[in-house]
Amino acid sequence: MTEKFDAIIVGAGPGGSAAAYSLAKMGFNALIVERGKYPGAKNVMGGRMYAHALNRFMPGFWKEAPIERMVTREKLTFLCNEASVSLDFQDGEFREPPNSFTILRANFDQWFANKAVEAGATLVPNIRVDDLLWREKKVAGIIAGGDKIEANVVIAADGGVSLMAEKAGLKKFEVKQFALGMKEIIELPEKTIEDRFNLAHEEGAAQLFIGQCTKEIPGGGFIYTNKTSLSVGIVVYIDRLIEKKIDSHEIIREFNENPVVSKLIEGGKILEYSAHVIPETSRSRLFTDGMLVVGDAGGLVVNSGITLRGMDMAIASGAAAAEAVKNAMGKNDFSKECLSYYEDLLRKDFVLKDIATFNKAPEFLQNDRLYTLYPEIACRLFHKLWAVDGAKKRAFDELLEGTKGNRTNMILDLLKGLRAL
Amino acid sequence: MNISIEERLGLVSFEVDKERHIKVDTSLCSECDEKTCLYFCPAKRFTLEDGKIKHDYEGCIECGSCKFACPKGVVDFNYPRGGYGVYYKYG
Ligand SMILES: Cc1cc2nc3c(=O)[nH]c(=O)nc-3n(C[C@H](O)[C@H](O)[C@H](O)COP(=O)(O)OP(=O)(O)OC[C@H]3O[C@@H](n4cnc5c(N)ncnc54)[C@H](O)[C@@H]3O)c2cc1C
Ligand code: SF4
Ligand code: SF4
Repeated sequence: MTEKFDAIIVGAGPGGSAAAYSLAKMGFNALIVERGKYPGAKNVMGGRMYAHALNRFMPGFWKEAPIERMVTREKLTFLCNEASVSLDFQDGEFREPPNSFTILRANFDQWFANKAVEAGATLVPNIRVDDLLWREKKVAGIIAGGDKIEANVVIAADGGVSLMAEKAGLKKFEVKQFALGMKEIIELPEKTIEDRFNLAHEEGAAQLFIGQCTKEIPGGGFIYTNKTSLSVGIVVYIDRLIEKKIDSHEIIREFNENPVVSKLIEGGKILEYSAHVIPETSRSRLFTDGMLVVGDAGGLVVNSGITLRGMDMAIASGAAAAEAVKNAMGKNDFSKECLSYYEDLLRKDFVLKDIATFNKAPEFLQNDRLYTLYPEIACRLFHKLWAVDGAKKRAFDELLEGTKGNRTNMILDLLKGLRAL
Repeated sequence: MNISIEERLGLVSFEVDKERHIKVDTSLCSECDEKTCLYFCPAKRFTLEDGKIKHDYEGCIECGSCKFACPKGVVDFNYPRGGYGVYYKYG
């Protein structure tokens, strides 16, 4: 390969494929290099993609994309030792236009990368990019397997542990910025899934769990319904896991054993186990001379507590990077001054707006009371409301009694929560 | 569905490389009190044997944690060479 590319994209995840697809559609010469056997081979997510970002440039993509189910039912469950309290929300408006879909990344990422190839991009799997190629202190391409390949712009779409952003001096890694996600795929018949989660045919549910399931470590559990399997997993902050000296893989094992969860997965067969870090607050600088950083590599992830969003952020930032390359090609200027247009685009779009809106959320979500005290209080309160075992109090008096000694903190946390989320 | 981590890893597909992608300079581990690697690695690739830390790169599911979660920074992290390592069928 001696030709020079307009752009080389490192990584065929959603960020990389969105960039390559958009560039190819604009007529540019784009190369995507992926270290996996196939796009998606290395990639893990909880399981739901919010549709809006992809729908902007591929309207109605779900008609051909390998989606699992359209999510129409949202459930939030607070878990205690013996009890649980759930909020169950269904909304017909989630259908038109579709709000989110459950997906399996090995299928979805291959499909998306192939769309980029159909549009004219070149995809090379099975190759790890080893280093950046530098000319006069500017990024000028990549080095892979001893080959040097030149490009006007390199787009780092290499995920949360972005070695490319690190090599370019744009990113430093700190343990407190990351969460760890562990997940299993549990096979169940279609009908069983639809019965257990109260679903119409082909519709899906997303259930989040807070409380007992993370052994008092900030984080949560999830179950997403696929066609004939469930995506079941746990997300925890790594620094807190280390502090409490708890084996990460034990948490997901115990999650399966929780009485509420075990009923939902009963009779199922584990098909796969996987794990991946999530760069919750691991921002990097997003551009330098000859290079742009998209998706997880740039730390473009939002966790608001009940929504974890990285896919739509990666796709929108990939598309914005393509726009910035087009602008730079027009001016034949690939300096960081010219490429800073990329960040302007993200600021105008939801990507950096939402990150700014939710920038207090991670701090709020690190509050231990959310995972221990409050689920307990909720479960105790509901227990008292329903248990008939002698003289009863009015609901309001139960609430006062149940929150005694914690009310000031509760009010303060509530205010903080309202501000952060 | 109470299966051990070893059984879990048995469900994952790998193309094992001869070359190790993660190198751990264990000479500094004896001075490490926290031994955080015993907790964060979701594939239990770090183990303590006769008081010594061992890292087994085969069976690594490439989660990325050891890039930054070792307090002494003795883990030299890289991804496996192209085509090698884990390949998820669902993901
Ligand atoms: C457990 C878990 C649950 C999640 N749940 C959700 C969810 O429900 N909804 C949501 O929107 N997001 C979720 N996320 C986040 C989401 O997965 C990410 O934000 C998203 O995958 C980011 O896409 P990306 O393209 O930036 O990076 P990735 O998807 O990580 O892709 C990076 C690609 O680069 C390749 N690569 C890396 N280095 C190199 C190299 N040197 N050479 C060649 N190729 C390389 C990798 O193999 C990979 O294919 C979750 C994440 C986890 C871990
Ligand atoms: S955490 Fe790091 S320094 Fe400590 S024992 Fe593990 S590998 Fe060694
Ligand atoms: S990358 Fe993850 S799975 Fe692999 S050894 Fe490091 S911590 Fe363990």
